Amino acid sequence: MFGDYSLGDLGSIFVMQGFAGLILFSVYVLMALGLAIIFGQMGVINMAHGEFMILGAYVTWMTSNFFQSYLPSLFSGYFFLAMILAFVASGALGMLVEWVLIRHLYKRPLDTLLATWGLSLMLQQAYRSVFGAREVGVELPQWMLGSLHVTDSIEVPINGVFVMCLTVLITVGVAYVMYKSRWGRQVRAVVQNRIMAGAVGINTEKVDRYTFGLGCGIAGVAGSAFTMIGSTGPTSGQLYIVDTFLVVVFGGAASLLGTIASAFSISQTQSTLEFFLSGSMAKVLTLLAVVGILMLRPQGLFALKVRK
Amino acid sequence: MSDEANKGLLSPLRRKLLMGMAAVPAITMLPRASFAQAPATSAVNTTGLAVTDTEVTVGILHSATGTMAISETGSIEAEKLAIEQINAMGGVLGRKIKFIQEDGASDWPTFAEKAKKLLVNDKVAAIMGCWTSASRKAVLPVMEQYNGMLYYPTFYEGLEQSKNVIYTGQEATQQILAGLNWIAKEKGAKSFFFIGSDYIWPRTSNKIARKHVENVLKGKVVGEEYYPLGNTQFNSVINKIKLTKPDVIFTDVVGGSNVAFYKQLKAAGIDLSKQALLTISVTEDEIDGIGGENIAGAYACMKYFQSLDNPNNKAFVPAFKKMWGEKTVIGDVTQAAYLGPWLWKLTVEKAGSFDIDKIAAASPGIEFKGAPEGYVRIHENHHLWSKTRVGRAKLDGQFELIYETADLVEPDPFPKGYQ
Repeated sequence: MFGDYSLGDLGSIFVMQGFAGLILFSVYVLMALGLAIIFGQMGVINMAHGEFMILGAYVTWMTSNFFQSYLPSLFSGYFFLAMILAFVASGALGMLVEWVLIRHLYKRPLDTLLATWGLSLMLQQAYRSVFGAREVGVELPQWMLGSLHVTDSIEVPINGVFVMCLTVLITVGVAYVMYKSRWGRQVRAVVQNRIMAGAVGINTEKVDRYTFGLGCGIAGVAGSAFTMIGSTGPTSGQLYIVDTFLVVVFGGAASLLGTIASAFSISQTQSTLEFFLSGSMAKVLTLLAVVGILMLRPQGLFALKVRK
Repeated sequence: MSDEANKGLLSPLRRKLLMGMAAVPAITMLPRASFAQAPATSAVNTTGLAVTDTEVTVGILHSATGTMAISETGSIEAEKLAIEQINAMGGVLGRKIKFIQEDGASDWPTFAEKAKKLLVNDKVAAIMGCWTSASRKAVLPVMEQYNGMLYYPTFYEGLEQSKNVIYTGQEATQQILAGLNWIAKEKGAKSFFFIGSDYIWPRTSNKIARKHVENVLKGKVVGEEYYPLGNTQFNSVINKIKLTKPDVIFTDVVGGSNVAFYKQLKAAGIDLSKQALLTISVTEDEIDGIGGENIAGAYACMKYFQSLDNPNNKAFVPAFKKMWGEKTVIGDVTQAAYLGPWLWKLTVEKAGSFDIDKIAAASPGIEFKGAPEGYVRIHENHHLWSKTRVGRAKLDGQFELIYETADLVEPDPFPKGYQ
């Protein structure tokens, strides 16, 4: 297939394809981080993860509308505020859901699957009733559109670069909170041994609520960022849920590093295969590879050593 | 009712203006009202349908919930508008139309079940409904078994024909061929890159398009790619497009993927005012989600655009907005759905009966001069003769009409040489 093209063409295509892989990698990490916290740290199978993301997207849409109507002069910067609001809104909803629903189900992890699936359906219908069944278009400030012109044939999408930077920022933030802060230590203590953690004076219920809230909040930020590359509609969250679980499970549930490594390997495989085969075929082969590896390593790529 | 709430959004003055605008051409456009004495029920209804001396019941069967609600909402709105307008001018054979709305919930077996309920329990005289081919295929055996009449609005892949269905949208050749001819002539296009969602409609459409490009236009298809429904990452295929440098990108990507595709195309620096792109899957409805700035310059091949400049459409658009809100947009399928109740009314009046068999027999040749797309006529194969049009997307989310076929295009659901 390369016979007809010049070396220059091929060189720039490999560069572009490299970027495509990196962007896909950032997208995967961003959507999986929230779930990695909730599923990885708390063991809750949150099927409504996509809906928390879409809440973030709708918040972004509303913020964009608000700025257009009332503060058009500040429109170019609205996106940063929108991401913060998305974090707050999804996080708050997450804490509410934890309080109403999830905390009663910690001892029955499989039931959380059904409960959160039901929750996702309810949220979808709620979005449909509130925002309408049709997709909404989130308008972006001019500087976030288009691409950086590197050479005639190499162009780097600005929104891709934005997602990459955001992913790095949030990943570093989460790693810091989980592994360096006092609160992170409490979270890990609760994960390892809930009863002992309670005995030494950690308020485990509070830790649970904030952890769930944090995971949902990050989902909200991801949803906000994805308005740049995807659709915003009541059921758009469903588009992400399978890939998200794939990344988290493949990486090894309780490991942040595993999530990143798995996002990297899946995204690179996917985008390389997509280039040589068609899109559907690439997906099939990627899934096959993941299933094959999980059969050999059921605990995922990276797993904490736990005493069984 | 929700339309009451929407009406409240308009200022009274504006509402009056709109009503005025809607009323004037409406009188000239609509076929003559039948003020004659209504014929006896026993004469017009010999098979036990839900027809009384004053009322006739029809069914509306679309997804109001689930993934397809995005698309099907417009169809529901259009059908309700048509029914209201028909009632306002005296109904059908002197009877007001009453509708029962059922929700297919984006689930194909549910569609079949609800269709059966409408036919068997409610004895509806006709069903306006379905959107995806999958839902139509699920409903078709029910329609044939219980002898119902379905008015199906979506442009679709063809390869189907039934006594019990009137297809008010375009089949594939009507939608594709004229558009390809135009772009080949206008842009001197020789090489085409196909990209679609991975299911029956894009695959069948692209098969027809490929045959046409290779055999008739003597051009070349330099790539043909399919992505799973709901795919959100298109960077790899966009790179392939950049590498192959096709004259035309021909797309039938659907749903949420559409939004991702155009956003990423724009982000990758592909300028649609320089790179020709012809889509058969984007209407005004989809642009709402995609954003005009991401798709401006692209060409769409449809039979209807909201911006069409004809008296029928100038009455239809304000009437639609008056009922459903100033911000609603009207896409190709929404217009096709609007034709359903009208065609049914005209057919019933021609047949002088609500009986399904008589309607099926009377359908070929039915003309609707008040269609927003212009004049349409039902073919012997129960599809519509209609024009093919090409529009260019503008920043404000509307299309500018660039080209239309001089004559109506004959529907050909089983095209020879294209299978």
